[in-house]
Amino acid sequence: MAARALVNVPKTAKRGEIIEIKTLISHVMETGFRHDSVGTVIPRDIITDFTCTYNGTEIFGATLYPAIAANPFITFHTLATESGTIAFKWTGDNGFAAEASANIAVE
Amino acid sequence: MSRIGCIVITLLSLAHAASAAEIPLEQRRSTYVDMSADNKAMQDDDTSNPAMLSVLDGEALWDAKAGASGKSCADCHGDAKTSMKGTAARYPAFDNSARGPVDLEQRINLSRTQDQKAEAFKFESKELLGLTAFIAMQSRGTPIAPPNDPRLKPFLDKGRALFTARQGQINMSCAQCHDDNWGKHLAGSIVPQAHPTGYPIYRLEWQSLGSLQRRLRNCMIGMRAEPYPYGAPENIEMELYLMWRARGMKIETPGVRP
Repeated sequence: MAARALVNVPKTAKRGEIIEIKTLISHVMETGFRHDSVGTVIPRDIITDFTCTYNGTEIFGATLYPAIAANPFITFHTLATESGTIAFKWTGDNGFAAEASANIAVE
Repeated sequence: MSRIGCIVITLLSLAHAASAAEIPLEQRRSTYVDMSADNKAMQDDDTSNPAMLSVLDGEALWDAKAGASGKSCADCHGDAKTSMKGTAARYPAFDNSARGPVDLEQRINLSRTQDQKAEAFKFESKELLGLTAFIAMQSRGTPIAPPNDPRLKPFLDKGRALFTARQGQINMSCAQCHDDNWGKHLAGSIVPQAHPTGYPIYRLEWQSLGSLQRRLRNCMIGMRAEPYPYGAPENIEMELYLMWRARGMKIETPGVRP
Protein backbone atom coordinates (compact mmCIF):
# COMPACT_ATOMS: atom_id res chain seq x y z
CA MET A 1 0.00 0.00 0.00
CA ALA A 2 1.12 3.52 -0.72
CA ALA A 3 2.73 5.54 2.07
CA ARG A 4 0.32 7.57 4.15
CA ALA A 5 1.32 10.86 5.71
CA LEU A 6 -0.45 12.97 8.31
CA VAL A 7 0.59 16.58 8.82
CA ASN A 8 -0.69 19.01 11.41
CA VAL A 9 -0.13 22.70 10.64
CA PRO A 10 -2.28 25.46 12.18
CA LYS A 11 -4.69 26.86 9.56
CA THR A 12 -4.19 30.42 10.80
CA ALA A 13 -1.53 32.19 12.83
CA LYS A 14 -0.52 35.72 13.81
CA ARG A 15 2.58 37.19 12.15
CA GLY A 16 5.62 36.47 14.30
CA GLU A 17 3.87 33.68 16.23
CA ILE A 18 5.77 30.46 16.96
CA ILE A 19 3.78 27.56 15.52
CA GLU A 20 4.12 23.83 16.11
CA ILE A 21 4.24 21.50 13.11
CA LYS A 22 3.65 17.76 13.50
CA THR A 23 4.23 15.11 10.84
CA LEU A 24 3.69 11.37 10.81
CA ILE A 25 4.40 8.98 7.95
CA SER A 26 3.86 5.24 7.49
CA HIS A 27 7.13 3.39 6.96
CA VAL A 28 8.54 0.07 8.24
CA MET A 29 12.00 1.55 9.00
CA GLU A 30 13.61 -1.88 8.59
CA THR A 31 17.05 -1.54 10.20
CA GLY A 32 19.06 -3.93 8.03
CA PHE A 33 20.36 -5.61 11.18
CA ARG A 34 17.61 -8.19 11.56
CA HIS A 35 17.51 -11.75 10.22
CA ASP A 36 14.53 -13.74 9.02
CA SER A 37 13.59 -17.25 10.20
CA VAL A 38 16.21 -18.90 7.97
CA GLY A 39 19.03 -16.52 8.90
CA THR A 40 19.04 -14.27 5.85
CA VAL A 41 19.62 -10.58 6.57
CA ILE A 42 16.51 -8.49 5.96
CA PRO A 43 17.84 -5.63 3.79
CA ARG A 44 17.76 -2.10 5.16
CA ASP A 45 14.69 -0.12 4.15
CA ILE A 46 14.48 3.25 5.89
CA ILE A 47 13.59 6.85 5.24
CA THR A 48 16.89 8.74 5.02
CA ASP A 49 15.88 12.37 4.57
CA PHE A 50 13.10 14.71 5.56
CA THR A 51 12.76 18.33 4.48
CA CYS A 52 10.18 21.01 5.14
CA THR A 53 9.87 24.11 2.98
CA TYR A 54 7.88 27.29 3.72
CA ASN A 55 6.91 28.95 0.43
CA GLY A 56 9.86 27.22 -1.25
CA THR A 57 12.51 28.02 1.39
CA GLU A 58 13.83 25.15 3.43
CA ILE A 59 13.11 25.78 7.11
CA PHE A 60 13.76 22.34 8.59
CA GLY A 61 15.61 19.20 7.55
CA ALA A 62 16.48 15.90 9.17
CA THR A 63 18.62 12.89 8.37
CA LEU A 64 17.15 9.62 9.61
CA TYR A 65 19.06 6.52 10.72
CA PRO A 66 18.21 2.85 11.31
CA ALA A 67 17.59 3.35 15.05
CA ILE A 68 14.49 5.44 14.36
CA ALA A 69 11.22 3.59 15.04
CA ALA A 70 8.68 2.58 12.40
CA ASN A 71 6.26 5.31 11.28
CA PRO A 72 8.54 8.27 12.12
CA PHE A 73 6.86 11.14 13.95
CA ILE A 74 8.73 14.43 13.45
CA THR A 75 7.64 17.59 15.19
CA PHE A 76 9.27 21.03 15.25
CA HIS A 77 8.52 24.74 15.61
CA THR A 78 8.82 27.64 13.21
CA LEU A 79 7.97 31.34 12.99
CA ALA A 80 4.80 32.24 11.10
CA THR A 81 6.10 34.86 8.64
CA GLU A 82 3.68 34.93 5.70
CA SER A 83 0.64 33.18 4.25
CA GLY A 84 1.36 30.33 1.91
CA THR A 85 2.21 26.67 1.67
CA ILE A 86 4.27 24.52 3.98
CA ALA A 87 5.48 21.47 2.06
CA PHE A 88 7.01 18.24 3.36
CA LYS A 89 9.14 15.67 1.57
CA TRP A 90 10.40 12.31 2.73
CA THR A 91 12.92 10.27 0.73
CA GLY A 92 14.60 6.97 1.46
CA ASP A 93 15.88 3.57 0.43
CA ASN A 94 14.53 1.76 -2.65
CA GLY A 95 13.48 5.04 -4.24
CA PHE A 96 11.03 5.86 -1.47
CA ALA A 97 9.50 9.32 -1.94
CA ALA A 98 6.44 10.89 -0.36
CA GLU A 99 5.11 14.42 -0.23
CA ALA A 100 2.50 16.34 1.67
CA SER A 101 1.61 19.99 2.09
CA ALA A 102 -0.62 22.30 4.09
CA ASN A 103 -1.73 25.91 3.71
CA ILE A 104 -1.40 28.53 6.38
CA ALA A 105 -2.99 31.97 6.56
CA VAL A 106 -0.91 34.53 8.47
CA GLU A 107 -2.64 37.72 9.64
CA MET B 1 -0.29 -29.00 64.05
CA SER B 2 2.92 -27.04 63.80
CA ARG B 3 2.80 -23.26 63.66
CA ILE B 4 4.29 -23.24 60.15
CA GLY B 5 1.58 -25.60 59.00
CA CYS B 6 -1.05 -23.21 60.33
CA ILE B 7 0.51 -20.27 58.49
CA VAL B 8 0.63 -22.23 55.23
CA ILE B 9 -3.02 -23.17 55.56
CA THR B 10 -3.96 -19.56 56.38
CA LEU B 11 -2.06 -18.29 53.35
CA LEU B 12 -3.64 -20.90 51.10
CA SER B 13 -7.12 -20.02 52.25
CA LEU B 14 -6.41 -16.31 51.79
CA ALA B 15 -5.14 -16.98 48.30
CA HIS B 16 -8.25 -19.00 47.62
CA ALA B 17 -10.55 -16.29 48.93
CA ALA B 18 -8.84 -13.63 46.82
CA SER B 19 -8.93 -15.51 43.52
CA ALA B 20 -11.43 -15.78 40.67
CA ALA B 21 -13.52 -12.77 41.65
CA GLU B 22 -14.60 -10.58 38.78
CA ILE B 23 -13.72 -6.89 39.02
CA PRO B 24 -16.70 -4.91 40.38
CA LEU B 25 -18.26 -2.94 37.50
CA GLU B 26 -17.54 0.48 39.01
CA GLN B 27 -13.86 -0.35 39.57
CA ARG B 28 -13.19 -1.16 35.93
CA ARG B 29 -10.94 1.16 33.97
CA SER B 30 -9.31 1.26 30.58
CA THR B 31 -5.55 0.70 30.39
CA TYR B 32 -5.52 4.23 28.94
CA VAL B 33 -5.86 5.59 32.49
CA ASP B 34 -2.54 4.02 33.53
CA MET B 35 -0.56 5.18 30.48
CA SER B 36 2.09 7.91 30.54
CA ALA B 37 1.13 11.45 29.53
CA ASP B 38 3.12 10.98 26.30
CA ASN B 39 1.25 7.83 25.33
CA LYS B 40 -2.09 9.44 26.15
CA ALA B 41 -1.22 12.46 23.99
CA MET B 42 -0.30 10.12 21.14
CA GLN B 43 -3.69 8.40 21.26
CA ASP B 44 -5.68 11.62 21.78
CA ASP B 45 -4.40 13.48 18.72
CA ASP B 46 -5.49 11.93 15.43
CA THR B 47 -2.52 13.52 13.67
CA SER B 48 0.03 11.91 15.99
CA ASN B 49 -1.70 8.55 16.53
CA PRO B 50 0.19 6.18 14.20
CA ALA B 51 -2.85 3.89 14.02
CA MET B 52 -4.55 6.62 11.98
CA LEU B 53 -2.22 5.76 9.07
CA SER B 54 -3.86 2.31 8.96
CA VAL B 55 -7.30 3.85 9.36
CA LEU B 56 -6.58 5.82 6.16
CA ASP B 57 -5.67 2.54 4.43
CA GLY B 58 -8.93 1.05 5.70
CA GLU B 59 -10.94 3.99 4.44
CA ALA B 60 -9.47 3.50 0.96
CA LEU B 61 -10.32 -0.22 1.08
CA TRP B 62 -13.90 0.56 2.15
CA ASP B 63 -14.39 2.37 -1.16
CA ALA B 64 -12.35 -0.06 -3.32
CA LYS B 65 -14.20 -2.52 -5.53
CA ALA B 66 -13.15 -6.13 -4.90
CA GLY B 67 -13.82 -9.66 -6.09
CA ALA B 68 -16.07 -11.16 -8.76
CA SER B 69 -19.02 -9.08 -7.55
CA GLY B 70 -17.16 -5.89 -8.50
CA LYS B 71 -18.61 -4.24 -5.42
CA SER B 72 -16.99 -2.21 -2.65
CA CYS B 73 -18.02 -2.22 1.01
CA ALA B 74 -19.51 1.23 0.41
CA ASP B 75 -21.71 -0.03 -2.48
CA CYS B 76 -23.81 -2.03 0.04
CA HIS B 77 -23.14 -0.33 3.38
CA GLY B 78 -22.95 3.28 2.20
CA ASP B 79 -21.23 5.80 4.45
CA ALA B 80 -19.39 3.93 7.20
CA LYS B 81 -19.80 6.92 9.52
CA THR B 82 -23.49 6.05 9.87
CA SER B 83 -23.76 2.39 8.84
CA MET B 84 -20.84 1.14 10.97
CA LYS B 85 -21.51 3.26 14.06
CA GLY B 86 -21.76 0.89 17.01
CA THR B 87 -20.85 -2.23 15.00
CA ALA B 88 -17.56 -2.94 16.75
CA ALA B 89 -19.28 -2.55 20.13
CA ARG B 90 -21.40 -5.67 19.56
CA TYR B 91 -18.80 -8.11 18.19
CA PRO B 92 -18.06 -11.05 18.47
CA ALA B 93 -21.61 -11.93 17.34
CA PHE B 94 -23.30 -15.21 16.35
CA ASP B 95 -23.08 -16.13 12.69
CA ASN B 96 -25.27 -18.84 11.19
CA SER B 97 -22.78 -19.97 8.55
CA ALA B 98 -19.99 -20.27 11.15
CA ARG B 99 -22.39 -21.92 13.66
CA GLY B 100 -20.80 -19.87 16.39
CA PRO B 101 -19.44 -16.45 17.26
CA VAL B 102 -17.28 -14.54 14.78
CA ASP B 103 -15.20 -11.49 15.61
CA LEU B 104 -15.12 -8.29 13.57
CA GLU B 105 -12.14 -9.45 11.47
CA GLN B 106 -13.89 -12.72 10.63
CA ARG B 107 -17.13 -10.84 9.86
CA ILE B 108 -15.25 -8.65 7.37
CA ASN B 109 -13.78 -11.74 5.73
CA LEU B 110 -17.21 -13.45 5.57
CA SER B 111 -18.50 -10.38 3.74
CA ARG B 112 -15.54 -10.54 1.40
CA THR B 113 -15.95 -14.23 0.54
CA GLN B 114 -19.75 -14.48 0.59
CA ASP B 115 -20.85 -11.07 -0.71
CA GLN B 116 -17.92 -9.58 -2.60
CA LYS B 117 -16.77 -13.01 -3.91
CA ALA B 118 -13.23 -11.99 -3.11
CA GLU B 119 -10.39 -13.73 -1.34
CA ALA B 120 -10.34 -13.44 2.44
CA PHE B 121 -7.64 -11.20 3.91
CA LYS B 122 -4.97 -12.93 5.97
CA PHE B 123 -5.09 -12.42 9.74
CA GLU B 124 -2.83 -9.51 10.78
CA SER B 125 -2.44 -8.36 7.18
CA LYS B 126 -2.24 -4.59 6.66
CA GLU B 127 -5.51 -4.79 4.76
CA LEU B 128 -7.54 -6.62 7.41
CA LEU B 129 -6.14 -4.53 10.27
CA GLY B 130 -6.72 -1.29 8.38
CA LEU B 131 -10.30 -2.12 7.44
CA THR B 132 -11.06 -3.34 10.97
CA ALA B 133 -9.56 -0.19 12.50
CA PHE B 134 -11.54 2.01 10.10
CA ILE B 135 -14.81 0.21 10.92
CA ALA B 136 -14.14 0.03 14.66
CA MET B 137 -13.24 3.72 14.81
CA GLN B 138 -16.80 4.57 13.77
CA SER B 139 -17.82 3.25 17.22
CA ARG B 140 -15.39 5.48 19.12
CA GLY B 141 -17.17 6.66 22.27
CA THR B 142 -19.88 3.99 21.99
CA PRO B 143 -20.34 1.74 25.07
CA ILE B 144 -19.49 -1.92 24.49
CA ALA B 145 -22.82 -3.75 24.10
CA PRO B 146 -22.43 -7.53 23.75
CA PRO B 147 -25.48 -9.00 22.00
CA ASN B 148 -28.07 -10.53 24.31
CA ASP B 149 -28.18 -13.71 22.24
CA PRO B 150 -28.88 -17.02 24.03
CA ARG B 151 -26.95 -18.89 21.29
CA LEU B 152 -23.77 -17.15 22.49
CA LYS B 153 -24.15 -18.35 26.10
CA PRO B 154 -22.20 -21.64 25.79
CA PHE B 155 -19.36 -19.85 23.95
CA LEU B 156 -19.27 -17.08 26.56
CA ASP B 157 -19.04 -19.73 29.31
CA LYS B 158 -16.18 -21.43 27.47
CA GLY B 159 -14.40 -18.08 27.18
CA ARG B 160 -14.80 -17.48 30.91
CA ALA B 161 -13.47 -20.99 31.62
CA LEU B 162 -10.42 -20.31 29.42
CA PHE B 163 -9.81 -17.01 31.18
CA THR B 164 -9.86 -18.58 34.64
CA ALA B 165 -8.12 -21.90 33.80
CA ARG B 166 -4.49 -22.36 34.82
CA GLN B 167 -2.38 -23.23 31.79
CA GLY B 168 1.15 -23.34 30.42
CA GLN B 169 4.47 -24.19 31.99
CA ILE B 170 4.13 -21.69 34.81
CA ASN B 171 0.57 -22.85 35.47
CA MET B 172 -1.10 -19.45 35.54
CA SER B 173 -4.51 -18.19 34.50
CA CYS B 174 -5.39 -14.87 32.84
CA ALA B 175 -7.58 -14.07 35.86
CA GLN B 176 -4.69 -14.33 38.32
CA CYS B 177 -3.13 -11.23 36.78
CA HIS B 178 -6.06 -9.32 35.35
CA ASP B 179 -8.76 -9.98 37.99
CA ASP B 180 -6.72 -10.54 41.13
CA ASN B 181 -3.62 -8.37 40.72
CA TRP B 182 -4.45 -5.49 38.39
CA GLY B 183 -2.89 -2.18 39.36
CA LYS B 184 0.18 -3.87 40.86
CA HIS B 185 3.49 -4.04 39.04
CA LEU B 186 4.93 -6.80 36.90
CA ALA B 187 8.54 -5.67 36.54
CA GLY B 188 8.25 -2.03 35.43
CA SER B 189 4.74 -2.26 34.00
CA ILE B 190 1.37 -1.86 35.68
CA VAL B 191 -0.75 -5.03 35.39
CA PRO B 192 -3.76 -3.88 33.37
CA GLN B 193 -7.34 -5.05 33.80
CA ALA B 194 -7.25 -6.24 30.19
CA HIS B 195 -10.33 -4.61 28.71
CA PRO B 196 -10.41 -4.73 24.89
CA THR B 197 -11.55 -1.15 24.43
CA GLY B 198 -9.09 0.05 21.80
CA TYR B 199 -8.59 -2.79 19.29
CA PRO B 200 -7.00 -3.00 16.85
CA ILE B 201 -4.30 -1.20 18.87
CA TYR B 202 -1.05 0.43 17.82
CA ARG B 203 1.39 -1.17 20.23
CA LEU B 204 4.70 0.67 20.55
CA GLU B 205 6.43 -2.64 21.31
CA TRP B 206 5.16 -4.03 17.99
CA GLN B 207 5.75 -0.79 16.06
CA SER B 208 2.56 -1.68 14.24
CA LEU B 209 -1.15 -2.21 14.52
CA GLY B 210 -2.29 -5.55 15.94
CA SER B 211 -5.54 -7.36 16.71
CA LEU B 212 -6.93 -8.64 19.98
CA GLN B 213 -6.07 -12.17 18.83
CA ARG B 214 -2.44 -11.14 18.44
CA ARG B 215 -2.51 -9.69 21.96
CA LEU B 216 -4.06 -12.88 23.36
CA ARG B 217 -1.42 -15.02 21.65
CA ASN B 218 1.23 -12.68 23.02
CA CYS B 219 -0.07 -13.16 26.57
CA MET B 220 -0.20 -16.95 26.15
CA ILE B 221 3.45 -16.98 25.05
CA GLY B 222 4.26 -14.92 28.17
CA MET B 223 2.51 -17.55 30.27
CA ARG B 224 4.52 -20.22 28.43
CA ALA B 225 1.32 -21.79 27.17
CA GLU B 226 0.83 -22.81 23.56
CA PRO B 227 -0.99 -19.98 21.78
CA TYR B 228 -4.13 -20.87 19.83
CA PRO B 229 -3.83 -20.28 16.08
CA TYR B 230 -5.44 -17.21 14.52
CA GLY B 231 -9.16 -17.79 14.07
CA ALA B 232 -9.25 -20.70 16.54
CA PRO B 233 -12.59 -20.99 18.37
CA GLU B 234 -10.78 -20.58 21.71
CA ASN B 235 -9.52 -17.13 20.71
CA ILE B 236 -13.00 -15.99 19.68
CA GLU B 237 -14.51 -17.36 22.91
CA MET B 238 -11.96 -15.42 24.94
CA GLU B 239 -12.68 -12.28 22.88
CA LEU B 240 -16.39 -12.81 23.56
CA TYR B 241 -15.78 -13.13 27.29
CA LEU B 242 -13.48 -10.10 27.39
CA MET B 243 -16.05 -7.95 25.57
CA TRP B 244 -18.76 -9.13 27.99
CA ARG B 245 -16.43 -8.36 30.89
CA ALA B 246 -15.93 -4.82 29.48
CA ARG B 247 -19.65 -4.28 28.77
CA GLY B 248 -20.63 -0.63 29.05
CA MET B 249 -17.05 0.64 28.73
CA LYS B 250 -16.41 3.02 25.85
CA ILE B 251 -14.69 2.00 22.62
CA GLU B 252 -11.54 4.08 22.04
CA THR B 253 -10.31 2.55 18.75
CA PRO B 254 -7.71 3.18 17.47
CA GLY B 255 -5.94 2.82 20.81
CA VAL B 256 -2.23 3.30 21.49
CA ARG B 257 -0.58 1.04 24.05
CA PRO B 258 3.02 0.74 25.26
